[in-house]
Amino acid sequence: MDGAEAVDSVKPVVARGLIKTFGDLVAVRGIDFEVRHGECFGFLGPNGAGKTSTMRMIACASPVTAGTLSVNGLPVQTQPQRIKANIGIVPQGDNLDDELSVVDNLRLYAGYFGIRGPDAMSRAVSALELFQLADRARSRVDELSGGMKRRLLIARGLINDPAIIVLDEPTTGLDPQARHLVWRTLRRLKDRGVTMLLTTHYMDEAAELCDRLIVMHEGRILAEGAPAELIRSVAGETVVEAQSMDEDALTRAANYLRESGAETEQTPDTVHAFGLSGIDLQAPALRDAHARTRPANLEDVFLRLTGRGLDE
Amino acid sequence: MLITTQRIPFAVRVWRRNWTVFKRFAMAEVGPLFVEPLVVLGAMGLGLGAYVSLGGEVSYLEFIGPGIIGGYSLFAAFFECTYGSYTRMAIRGLYEAMIATPLSIEDVITGEVLWGATRSFFSATVILFVLAIIGFVDSPFALLIPPLAFFAGILFSAMALLVTAHAPSFWTFNYAITLGVMPMYFFGGVFFPLERYPDVVREVAWAIPLTPYVHVVRELVTGNLTMTSVWALLYLLALTGVFYVLAVARMRSRLIR
Repeated sequence: MDGAEAVDSVKPVVARGLIKTFGDLVAVRGIDFEVRHGECFGFLGPNGAGKTSTMRMIACASPVTAGTLSVNGLPVQTQPQRIKANIGIVPQGDNLDDELSVVDNLRLYAGYFGIRGPDAMSRAVSALELFQLADRARSRVDELSGGMKRRLLIARGLINDPAIIVLDEPTTGLDPQARHLVWRTLRRLKDRGVTMLLTTHYMDEAAELCDRLIVMHEGRILAEGAPAELIRSVAGETVVEAQSMDEDALTRAANYLRESGAETEQTPDTVHAFGLSGIDLQAPALRDAHARTRPANLEDVFLRLTGRGLDE
Repeated sequence: MLITTQRIPFAVRVWRRNWTVFKRFAMAEVGPLFVEPLVVLGAMGLGLGAYVSLGGEVSYLEFIGPGIIGGYSLFAAFFECTYGSYTRMAIRGLYEAMIATPLSIEDVITGEVLWGATRSFFSATVILFVLAIIGFVDSPFALLIPPLAFFAGILFSAMALLVTAHAPSFWTFNYAITLGVMPMYFFGGVFFPLERYPDVVREVAWAIPLTPYVHVVRELVTGNLTMTSVWALLYLLALTGVFYVLAVARMRSRLIR
């Protein structure tokens, strides 16, 4: 047991039987996971899956109800100050200080870590350069676009040079261009060896950024692994998708796909068929249902595991 | 979990944030700081003062001077730690941002209290300065008023933060001011000597936190120091402890879930 604990102590994050309840509501139902050094570890799941609760416990912002959780080898229950000194938090909502300029947001936030004077200023300036905000240093925060605010939040989360950065829905609400810029920034951070934890309900974001991820649903972990691996093992290579508003056409298509050997999952207007090697999309039963073949993705993993879509 | 002396530097980080913002908007803050107490002093002192005789050598204007210092110390801290703190906590999410750093919720509340106390200090100092120029300050003991205002400001800020911890919206503060702050202002010995009240009212008036503070300020301005001030200070100290503990506990249960 001692050996196992020694290994745990160097892992960025280790959770064992982690539970979080709010009164009668059980948000996290006893989950286990480990985050490795330098990886981007994702929490994928719909709203209410328990992702944010888990992240808040890691960030020492929310007390653990039961189980153990350690960050950088330190238990969150007893060492919140030391843990918080060495992680960076990027919250879901914008809680920038809009009474301060852009550069003062970073300078003062550095101050909360006890970083002051020229050191705080030089960190603020280099963070602004890294995140392409240098020309906005003196702007007021409310003059920034949504994408700029998000980059400033990430820059702020890095001001203490943390070994771990925790990002809660880093691109929710951003337009595609701003999203790609945030992704590029995060990839660059990963290249510098920062361990990243991120929650998302975007499967493309998880596939784009995460080395490994856990799929969460109703407070439990349904699956764990590298995105490509998970997709292959749970959803296969390709998916046949038949879509129709006409229920009969959809039923005919579903029956045909099942008779062809597929396992199917049905959402309101779509049948998803897994495990088919080749199929004639021009078959009469499929023609009315706009059938098409596409590569499987993380959304399919979730659909296969829960029988429902991520956005439902 | 209460604040220990080792945590003071952490609380000061929160104070520093408010100070930075204050400096930024200082020009907008300084005007009202001077003007409003002067308006009250002028209107009440000159207007009402013409009809009021206290039966001694002290003019009514001289009497209410220290009262105004007391009243505005209370207002400064109370407004800062209700409207100001609520905005920072609930509208801007700054408390959440701060406790994501090595700062604890206790540090944040202590920093806010210290900032509210600083606002009391400013208000008291400005009014004292004006009173000294007019010639209403008789004793060098009056130099102790700014630090005293800071001390009392800690109590007023803690009281305000206790209200803020329970506030579902800004409307709460209107009630707190109408039902709490204004009665304190009118019954706290600011405008009338407490001896004028019936016994029961006088005793209740002494219990409200503004009264002992105004009393000490008045003794410092006149230089007629009595034991009453010592008891008043001890009473304020005890209240400060109680309200600080309550404010931290209620804020913790509001913010940490």
